Parts: sequence; structure tokens; C-alpha cells
Amino acid sequence: MSGRVALVTGGSRGIGRAIAERLAADGLRVALNYRSRRDAAEAAVESITEAGGEAMAVAGDVGDGYAVAAMFASVEESLGPVAVLVNNAGITADDLLLRMKHEDWDAVIQTNLSSAYHTTKAALRGMLRARWGRIISITSVAGITGNPGQANYAAAKAGLIGFTKSVAKEVGSRGITVNAVAPGFIETELTDALGEGVRDALLPAISLGRFGTPAEIASAVGYLASDDAAYITGQVLVVDGGLAF
Amino acid sequence: MDRAEVESKMTDLLVDELGIDRDKIKMSATFEEDLEVDSLGVVELLMALEDNFGVSIPDEEAEKIGTVGEAVDLVMQKLGG
Repeated sequence: MSGRVALVTGGSRGIGRAIAERLAADGLRVALNYRSRRDAAEAAVESITEAGGEAMAVAGDVGDGYAVAAMFASVEESLGPVAVLVNNAGITADDLLLRMKHEDWDAVIQTNLSSAYHTTKAALRGMLRARWGRIISITSVAGITGNPGQANYAAAKAGLIGFTKSVAKEVGSRGITVNAVAPGFIETELTDALGEGVRDALLPAISLGRFGTPAEIASAVGYLASDDAAYITGQVLVVDGGLAF
Repeated sequence: MDRAEVESKMTDLLVDELGIDRDKIKMSATFEEDLEVDSLGVVELLMALEDNFGVSIPDEEAEKIGTVGEAVDLVMQKLGG
């Protein structure tokens, strides 16, 4: 039970919720951020609390710098300085590039990539003071291999990888590690929407022959957030059942 | 707070927060060359100044600081001295 404070953006559902649950189970005090789904965020907090963990829900659009500043102020006041930041919030707005609307490009870049600029900058002050910190960004296999219909999403996710490596070099001397986790196909509301036919067509490309679970992403994040991963920084840990290698 | 107090507190911060050898600290010393503070160290020093002197230093003013004396000047100015 480290008692350190973790902030998970987009923590009310899917992979983010699993990460929040995992970090709470590991003894961290967790703030889970949500934008619109207050009910889902409160349900996640309740589930963590019932399991004996400590959690709070905090609203805010991570693509908005002012909202992020307010969110950090609220978390720091309630729980203390953020020691573990998980940049998980993300959206998709898929379409072929030739049909992609400019606003769908901007929205995905803002929520999936600019969000990390806002949150990481806000978190680093406390981490520098503490001479300890963990920044973990959830990227995607799509950011490594590309994916038709996801030029905006893949660009944002690839951007997170460059961001991760650069910041890792900037703050490594202060005991702060910066890493990324790249999930492949994970069972969430996002992949449920794919339909049976698409899912079956994807399976042969996955060495392990199945989709992953949110908990399997959360366990990679839990590891990178721990003291056991102290000598790992600037890395992208691909958790995809053997899809892209 | 007068200048001597700011200088003395600044020296303590440089020793405590950035681990600089007290003997090396002179008002004319440059952070990056004489004191071998890296660019992130300068950022950390500014954070420490904000915390300890209760002042707010915007990035564009922070960029102009080259020596310990200039940092003292800026804090004095912010304190209204």
C-alpha cells in the first residue's frame, strides 16, 4: 500500500476504469476523470470503494487546458500531489482521410494528444518536487502500424509515442519515468461496436487468437506504475496478444 | 524583505533544492555555466522561488534570468522592493 495518488483520465469506462481499479487494488489513491458520464464514473468509484480501495471522480475535458488546471487543483486538494498520471482519455471519429471532416481531425488530436500536453505539464511540477513520478500514456497499435479509416486516431497515438520519448529524456534525471502502453484489440464498448463479422475476420491476425481484456492492459499499467519498473523509461509496451511484431 | 535577506534565502534554495556547492554561489555566477545547472534545473529553481517567496514568475520573464543576481533582482521586483 504505497498511498501514492494516481490520476486516470477517461477513467469511468472500459480500459480506463480497469486501470483505475487495478491501481486502487495496488494501494494507490485514485482520482478518475470523466467528461460526460458522471453515472459511470460514480459507479466506478463505488466499485473501488467496496473493494476496499480509495477513489474519487473528477469531471473535466482533458482537451481543455483550463479544465485540466481546475481538475488538478481539485485532486491535489482532496488527495494530494499526483504521483502517477495515466493519460488514457481518447475518442475515435473514423473515416477515410478523403472524407474526414476537419472538425473530426481536430477533435481527435485535441482529446487524444493535446490532452497529454495539458495533463503531463500539470503533473510534472509535483513530480519534480517529489523526485518521483510515473507518466503512462495509453497509445495504440494503430499508432505503430497505421489503420485505414483512422488517420486522425493513428496520428494522435503515434504523436503520444514521440511525446513519451521526448519527455522521458527531459525528466529522467529526476526519478520520473515516462512510458506508453499500446493495446491491440481489447474487449470494450468500442470493439463491441465492430460486429461479429469484423471480429471474426480480425482473430486470425492475433497470435493468441482472442481479443484482450481491459484488465490485461491495466496489469501492464500497474507494472509500469510500480517501483518494480523504476529502470524502464521511454518505452512503448505493446499489449496486443501478438498482433503487431 | 531586504536584498540581503533575499540573497541569503536564494543561496539556501540553491544549496538545498539544486545541490549546488555553497562556495560557488556568487551574485555574478551564471546558472548554466558557472553553477552547471541544466535547463530543467532552472525551471525547478523558478518553481522553488515561486513557492518560497510567494511570487509568480511568468515564463517570458523567467527566460531572461542568467545569473544568481538577476534572479534576486526579479524576486525583489516581484516583492515590490
